Amino acid sequence: MVEPLEQIFASCKVERKELIPLLQEIQEKLGYLSDDAMKAAAEFLHIPPSAVYGVATFYNQFRFVPAGKHPLKICLGTACHIQGSKLIMEAMERELDIKAGNVTPDHEFSLDRVACVGCCALAPVIIDKKTVYPRMTPFKVEEVLALLKEENAHGRLPTNEP
Amino acid sequence: MEIILRNIHKQGYSPDISSYITEGGYKALEQSLEVKPGHLLSEIKLSKLVGRGGAAFPTGLKWELAHNAEEYPKYVVCNADEGEPGTFKDRIIMERDPHLLLEAMAICGRIIGSTQGIIYIRGEYFDAYEILKKAILDAEKRKFLGRNILGSDFSFNIRLYRGAGAYVCGEETALLDSLEGKKGQSRVKPPFPTFTGYEDKPTALNNVETLSNIPEIVLKGGEWFSKIGSPLSPGTKLYCLSGNIHKPGVYELPTGTPLSELLGKYGGGVEGKLKAVLPGGVSSSFLTDRELSVNMDYPSVAKAGSALGSGAVIVINDTHCMVDIAKRCTEFFAHESCGMCTPCREGTKRAKEMLTGITQGSGELSSLELLRDMRKVMYDTSRCGLGQSALNAVVSAIEKFRDEFEEHIAAKKCNLGICSG
Repeated sequence: MVEPLEQIFASCKVERKELIPLLQEIQEKLGYLSDDAMKAAAEFLHIPPSAVYGVATFYNQFRFVPAGKHPLKICLGTACHIQGSKLIMEAMERELDIKAGNVTPDHEFSLDRVACVGCCALAPVIIDKKTVYPRMTPFKVEEVLALLKEENAHGRLPTNEP
Repeated sequence: MEIILRNIHKQGYSPDISSYITEGGYKALEQSLEVKPGHLLSEIKLSKLVGRGGAAFPTGLKWELAHNAEEYPKYVVCNADEGEPGTFKDRIIMERDPHLLLEAMAICGRIIGSTQGIIYIRGEYFDAYEILKKAILDAEKRKFLGRNILGSDFSFNIRLYRGAGAYVCGEETALLDSLEGKKGQSRVKPPFPTFTGYEDKPTALNNVETLSNIPEIVLKGGEWFSKIGSPLSPGTKLYCLSGNIHKPGVYELPTGTPLSELLGKYGGGVEGKLKAVLPGGVSSSFLTDRELSVNMDYPSVAKAGSALGSGAVIVINDTHCMVDIAKRCTEFFAHESCGMCTPCREGTKRAKEMLTGITQGSGELSSLELLRDMRKVMYDTSRCGLGQSALNAVVSAIEKFRDEFEEHIAAKKCNLGICSG
């Protein structure tokens, strides 16, 4: 078993209701849910691997391939849609040269669509981990990416303005 | 008139426990410990408070059922899985006045006879989660939570549970299944959660906004609350304004405030020319400029053929194509249907296919009638609110903007150039 998992299991009760928090912790550690990690969770909780896989694939939060260093999410909720999120998505797909749901070859960025993240007064938004970039335009998409690329190259943090 | 945001809007107010106490926080809990639960319950019933999550169920009645249930342990569960697109009100309460929610849950525990509260918080609400975590610790230190609260024989703990991203978990029984570590799929009702809730025990399950009214009702009495706003669903409501509006944001106003006043006086007016409004998120029906005089309370919006829902008021101006927006709504529901019952699983998918066809020039006129029939079947036969309301927005768009749909189907084009040909 992978070592970080053992640490997680050590502080977790063997109860079915712990499954989702357990998967959340695994994902936080590994960046995604690998097949092996899901099997280990099933074994630990004494439930079939299919039950773990069923739960993991049911919820939007879980991912099964490693995310990019910057897991970008573009909100396509109704309020963002009305403020032009489609254009933001198109601009981002063009700039990163990947389609939503994919990771750039250098693993620096992954791009996903989400439906409403509850910051509709700031629409349209892009989310990078816990940072919200408000009132996006296709032009600002380039700016955000330039900032993040610079951070990747020089280890500098972007200015956070949620 | 603000009940819920009253502290938040005071200058220098912070989410710290000291700020809350300075403003009279936890007085209601203290008072609750001195009177019988039955007395508190009658005040809640007298207030005529109804659930603010969307279903508008009388809170007093719900708590009475949980109070009368004789099985233990009982649970107080707070639905903080705010996921209806366009809704961002509970987030503000949790981030800026977390103790208001904690106090309300403890009072609920006192009333129904529960010692354990659970907050099911939306996974994406990182800040709210951290703020609540700290708030719980602070409240425990000061004996507002934990064993023998303020030296009484009442004990109450609250734990946090992070959701994993599923719109359907806003539905109460799906939320309970999710709390138990399962896929969030709705249960058959009855039995209702007040008898068979979390781990099959009696559970009072309420939305963040609903609970946040409780401390003031305890302090000022049910009668005081019942006289605010519109008599049939009194109190205030948090309206989340978004879309083509000059001042988007959360506004707390007495129930029954006319929609026109909300948009004009508070929202600073519509950006451009108004085309349609969703008064209660994507599961409600579109209203148009002819219906702006509607009073924003549960019965009045229902009478106008829509729903107040969670209070997500999404404003749409005339630069938008209604077919495109209807399509977007169907995509959302097709993705979020939990797949448990056939009418919803298949209906949302077929609706998405039909709308996609219409936007791409391969639509059929007969689809418009079919969608109307599907909405009725899904309303009658879906297990939970998701399927029951999934086609509201689409069908109301067809009813109110039929010419746009016909144009897409007959001329195979979008006059606004939004839908891809």
